[in-house]
Amino acid sequence: MGRYVLRRLLQMIPVFIGTTFLIFVMVHALGDPVNALFGDRAPDPAVAAQIRAQYNLNDPLWLQYLKYMGKLFQWDFGTTFSGQTVTSQLASAYPVTLRLTAVAFVIEVVFGIGLGLLSGLRRGRVADNSVLILTLVVISIPTFVTGYVLQYLVGVKWGILPATVGFDVTFKSLILPGLVLASVSLAYVARLTRTTVAENSKADYVRTAVAKGLPRRRVVINHLLRNSLIPVVTFLGTDLGALMGGALVTERIFNIHGVGYTLYQGIVRQSTNTVVGFVTILVIVFLLANLLVDLLYAVLDPRIRYA
Amino acid sequence: MPAATRVRWAVIAVTSVALAATGCSSSKSSGSGGGSGGGVVKAWWGDPQNPLEPANTNEVNGGAVENMIFAGLVQYDPKTSAASNANADSITSSDQQNWTVKLKPGWKFSDGTTVTAKSYVDAWNYGALSTNKQVNASFFQYIQGFNDVAPATGSPTAQTMSGLKVVDDNTFTVALTQKFSTWPQTLGYTAYYPLPATFFSDHAGYLDKPVGNGPYKIQSYTRSQQMQLVPNPDYSGTNKPKNGGINLVVYTDPNAAYSDLQSGALDIDNTLSTTALKTLANGPSGGRFLNTPAGIIQTVSFPLYQSNWSTDKAKLVRQGISMAIDRPTIVKTIFTNTRTPATDWTSPVLGASGGFKDGLCGDLCTYNPTKAKQLIEQGGGIPGGQLTISYNADGGHKDWVDATCNSINQALGNNKACVGNPIGTFADFRNQVAGKKMTGAFRTGWQMDYPLIQDFLQPVYTTDGSSNDSHYSNPQFDAQVNKANAEPDQATSVSAFQDAEKMLVTDVPAIPLWYQNGTVAWSSRVNNVMLDPFSVPVYTEVTVS
Repeated sequence: MGRYVLRRLLQMIPVFIGTTFLIFVMVHALGDPVNALFGDRAPDPAVAAQIRAQYNLNDPLWLQYLKYMGKLFQWDFGTTFSGQTVTSQLASAYPVTLRLTAVAFVIEVVFGIGLGLLSGLRRGRVADNSVLILTLVVISIPTFVTGYVLQYLVGVKWGILPATVGFDVTFKSLILPGLVLASVSLAYVARLTRTTVAENSKADYVRTAVAKGLPRRRVVINHLLRNSLIPVVTFLGTDLGALMGGALVTERIFNIHGVGYTLYQGIVRQSTNTVVGFVTILVIVFLLANLLVDLLYAVLDPRIRYA
Repeated sequence: MPAATRVRWAVIAVTSVALAATGCSSSKSSGSGGGSGGGVVKAWWGDPQNPLEPANTNEVNGGAVENMIFAGLVQYDPKTSAASNANADSITSSDQQNWTVKLKPGWKFSDGTTVTAKSYVDAWNYGALSTNKQVNASFFQYIQGFNDVAPATGSPTAQTMSGLKVVDDNTFTVALTQKFSTWPQTLGYTAYYPLPATFFSDHAGYLDKPVGNGPYKIQSYTRSQQMQLVPNPDYSGTNKPKNGGINLVVYTDPNAAYSDLQSGALDIDNTLSTTALKTLANGPSGGRFLNTPAGIIQTVSFPLYQSNWSTDKAKLVRQGISMAIDRPTIVKTIFTNTRTPATDWTSPVLGASGGFKDGLCGDLCTYNPTKAKQLIEQGGGIPGGQLTISYNADGGHKDWVDATCNSINQALGNNKACVGNPIGTFADFRNQVAGKKMTGAFRTGWQMDYPLIQDFLQPVYTTDGSSNDSHYSNPQFDAQVNKANAEPDQATSVSAFQDAEKMLVTDVPAIPLWYQNGTVAWSSRVNNVMLDPFSVPVYTEVTVS
């Protein structure tokens, strides 16, 4: 197990270098960011030259990348054009997104697995059909539609929850965006759980457990559900990364100053430092989440062993 | 059952991490809650693009703050755009080129230090020096010695401009490189604000919490999130705040801000989305909505540096294209009347005395499909056979470009005569424009820096103008602008500028499309909301009920 983890961690290094370099190249492909700083006015040549020198924009791309990585390993992510350090952007954006992701993830796990189990155990009945219809509706409506509709109804019209999150990130204000962010994944989790539960409920070991006279709760939770969770955990693991990076739409709708929004603004303003810095952290999150999923397999299924 | 405990452990671990992460959020909720009580106004804000230094602020979000925390030599009336002295006691010249500025004594920065002539001279020298990388550096180009502190290539050969001299605590002199009679009226622009000594001694500390001499001072500032401003007790000017302070809140999206405005969590919203505008224009806004002209004109420019666009015949084609655009219909359907069809190259906010002349453009800006077709045929057709209008795709320009092309196509009876050409980002678009890479027409817009007809003509259409994107060059036009600048009398100067502007009617380096309006909506908590000619709310005048 230790060696497996070590090998996986070492594998992360080339992936990490490759992704950061690709992002670096892609942001640069958008062109020279200096002109945009001057708006519709032609830049003063002297000032533009000084700005280009400050951000190493005159160097060849590979040298810019090396200079950037050199600083990165000293925990210096550089600054944005507004003079803010990217480290301070990271420090303000990531906790916010982490909270949002956590709320969404809890909603996704609790309701997704709960509904999936319910409908898997009651195949073909009213509960099953309503869950199937409900999830189909959620999957087919785009997130921004759910977002705006819920925001208008719950936040503006009925005034039950705050319409936006804003500066003071409270738990109450995160419920609505958390629900919106979780909705689609929740539907997938429910459907995934339903299928595997339905499949496994006919398995031999379940019949054996029932024949042994174990209480139903124990059969369902310890035997049926645990064996059904492997595909669900795979999905949840990759989804954790997607939730953090993909909250862009939700974050904009609910005025959350998190990773998605900061990244979006970094791209619009062509702030390479912001974009590469944020993506670097996202890549690490993705890699670690995947490793965690692989390790969880062994916990769930004793037959899986990592040498 | 060891396996079962392992499962439980895994589940507990996941949920407890989640709970810990959410749990820490609730502890922060009992913050200052500045929005309620005390007459504090919560207003929409966007993240400033550059650090909050006056000479480094050229967009509306940073500009809004600079205007609240600074008072310059002159100020503009929010209704008439007329310039009047603020911190300046007098700005005089006998030859329209060498100016003497006298300050009203005793004005103070909010850190207690006095505003002196040195505060201005140091600030301007800082803004012009190219190694300080200030985006507004070119505003000092008319001052003698600018080329030494910001040479086009290489390092500066001087640290200060020779044209600026401190005479005494309240007097300084400015020598310009050319005659510029309306120069005093330009001094209300952000770039010309004074700076306190702390700006130079503790620059990083200053940027965390900028200090000025204006009606408000900054109480707290969390970058890219919010800024709390309170009235500055040391302010000596006439625009004393009528409220208990302004909370500027950064929004990720115009729709999010509008939702907050509807639910009462926001008081002033001056970035309204098209959807919100449609609702406000038709629905019950309770009169709490304003749609008023701002000093912005949108145009379509032509690459006069391309040989096929610079011929005399191409002039006719450009005139024809202008007449093929049905401005009133586009303004009504695409912009829900938040634009006004343009009839000259300036802006209505200047007023007739300031140089705006309704109808100066004449037939050129009037929709006339038959004449349009005739002129284009007379000019030998569109160069290259097809007109492209390039625009930046990230700025919401697609709709009107498509509508404009549609109008041209209908007038010419050819549905391939004009197409829009989206360019991914604003930066890329500006690079191509600045690099003279355009082969067809492209969108241009001009937001005034100060309410003067000079600002709509000189930077945009003179030969070396800093925003002459079409690279229009007409020696007669340049001479006429210089003549207007040398004219000491305001009215004569304005009419001399208008004579220059009339040359644009035949040369058509750019087609005037429409004047942009500023829009703002507000909550029932606040009253007396208006927009200044720069489409920024006049924060000092807002009252809270």
